[in-house]
Amino acid sequence: MLELQNLHVYYGAIHALRNVCLKINEGEIVTLIGANGAGKTTVLRTISGIEKAKSGKILYNGQELNSRSASDIVKLGISHVPEGRRVFSAMSISENLEMGAFTRSDKSQIKKDLDNIFSLFPVLLERKNQLAGTLSGGEQQMLAIGRALLSRPKLLLLDEPSMGLAPLIVKDIFSIIRDINKEGTTILLVEQNANMALQCANRAYIIKNGRIDIEGNAQALLNDEQVKNAYLGG
Amino acid sequence: MDQFIQQMVNGISLGSIYALIALGYTMVYGIINLINFAHGDIYMVGAYVGFALTTFLHFSFFPALFISMLVCSILGIIIEKVAYKPIRNSTRIAALITAISVSLFLEYGMMYFVKAETRTFPALLPNKQINLFHTNIVLDIRNLYIIFVTISLMAILQYIIYKTKVGKSMRAVSLDRDAAQLMGIDINKTISYTFAMGSALAGAAGVLVGTYYNSINPLMGVAPGLKAFVAAVIGGIGIIPGAVFGGFFLGITETLVSAFGGSLYKDAVSFTILIFVLLVKPNGLLGKNIKEKV
Ligand SMILES: Nc1ncnc2c1ncn2[C@@H]1O[C@H](COP(=O)(O)OP(=O)(O)O)[C@@H](O)[C@H]1O
Ligand SMILES: [Mg+2]
Repeated sequence: MLELQNLHVYYGAIHALRNVCLKINEGEIVTLIGANGAGKTTVLRTISGIEKAKSGKILYNGQELNSRSASDIVKLGISHVPEGRRVFSAMSISENLEMGAFTRSDKSQIKKDLDNIFSLFPVLLERKNQLAGTLSGGEQQMLAIGRALLSRPKLLLLDEPSMGLAPLIVKDIFSIIRDINKEGTTILLVEQNANMALQCANRAYIIKNGRIDIEGNAQALLNDEQVKNAYLGG
Repeated sequence: MDQFIQQMVNGISLGSIYALIALGYTMVYGIINLINFAHGDIYMVGAYVGFALTTFLHFSFFPALFISMLVCSILGIIIEKVAYKPIRNSTRIAALITAISVSLFLEYGMMYFVKAETRTFPALLPNKQINLFHTNIVLDIRNLYIIFVTISLMAILQYIIYKTKVGKSMRAVSLDRDAAQLMGIDINKTISYTFAMGSALAGAAGVLVGTYYNSINPLMGVAPGLKAFVAAVIGGIGIIPGAVFGGFFLGITETLVSAFGGSLYKDAVSFTILIFVLLVKPNGLLGKNIKEKV
């Protein structure tokens, strides 16, 4: 479904991604893990068209995405939940969700999808007229995911959805991610919580200093001595 | 008391002009963090378009107002595309220098075409004084027109910003540009809409001032532009209600200071208030620090 071929990305003089190759098949949960500053967020931002690759290719169902605008990429079915959630804090929860459906014009279908989001996250329905900035971290994460789903993505990019959340809520978020995948959405999950991510994913890539260091079956990596020592806290 | 009410109406009318111009400053700042120093000159262009339409083509007030707003919104879009878009990711000082250059270009470009002399704007509105409810309060009809047009435009703006897709995308971009992009919002289009709306309001202010004072010149945008900028900062730059509040606040203050004997000091009072506000509430009177939640 998505293929990154020999991707190089720079921030000025900083060479953030070096020769990154990565593949996601339809229906999978693929996780990209690695230390802080390794380049995980940059991978997602480049797929979404916010950063531009210096060289290499991004292929989505055979189509090259490199020169597409961020808004075209959303229309093609890729939706991105950014690191730190980035809800529109001074807008209400319903307005945030409305923004998620920005590229769509099928009003009655949007209404149905909105009802689905509210049944997935009842807490959002209760507070739909409240400003998003007043929600707790976990609720903001749910809002950010709901907002991303409203563009009807075929591929959902999630950047550290567990960041800063209490363990119980992290469990909820991961179970929601699995549910979304079961409904047919392919997922690329970026995480620092490598343990949880590997348990949830089918396949995994480990990125180190902007390069893909290790790739493989998630279950296998979970039991790999080298990975255990380096990323799973021994 | 009668005197006070009359002066309040004058103040609200002057404040309307400041508020209309301040809105454009604040909307543009909210979306691209740029102080558009050419904004006062767009107001001047609006006045000249109104002048040309009414003097040479004999348009009446409302059609002239509408076409002026349209011309200014197109001018605003062009200025952004030609001058500001190429330097969007440059330093703030580069942006500032560009904005000042655009301002000088509009002022002296206009002077080249229409000469530097002051022109007489036709009296479009009935210059009539009315007694309010048979009291001694005398009101100038033109003030009421200014206030009426301003309030209507603000109501329309409010509607656009809070109820339409374009307005919501403007708010989203000003809150978080990257997140807005991830929603599929086209940033370039949204910035164009913002310049169009802000410039249209300045154009309206230009026509209103032309009909009120009956005289216009190519440098007429400098002083009100600066005052409106002060108003936007007092209210909290980037915050739309702040611009409205700051505009009316400054207009009323200046009028009352002049009316009660201090006309020489009115500018000094304005800038003293600005300094005071910046010392006490650097984000403006309606500004607040939005804390991020984790
Ligand atoms: N906007 C930026 N400007 C300059 N350097 C950046 C920027 N964003 C990220 N970087 C650098 O790129 C590298 C990768 O960052 P990032 O993709 O955010 O890593 P991760 O998400 O894995 O923590 C880091 O060295 C970081 O300092
Ligand atoms: Mg990151």
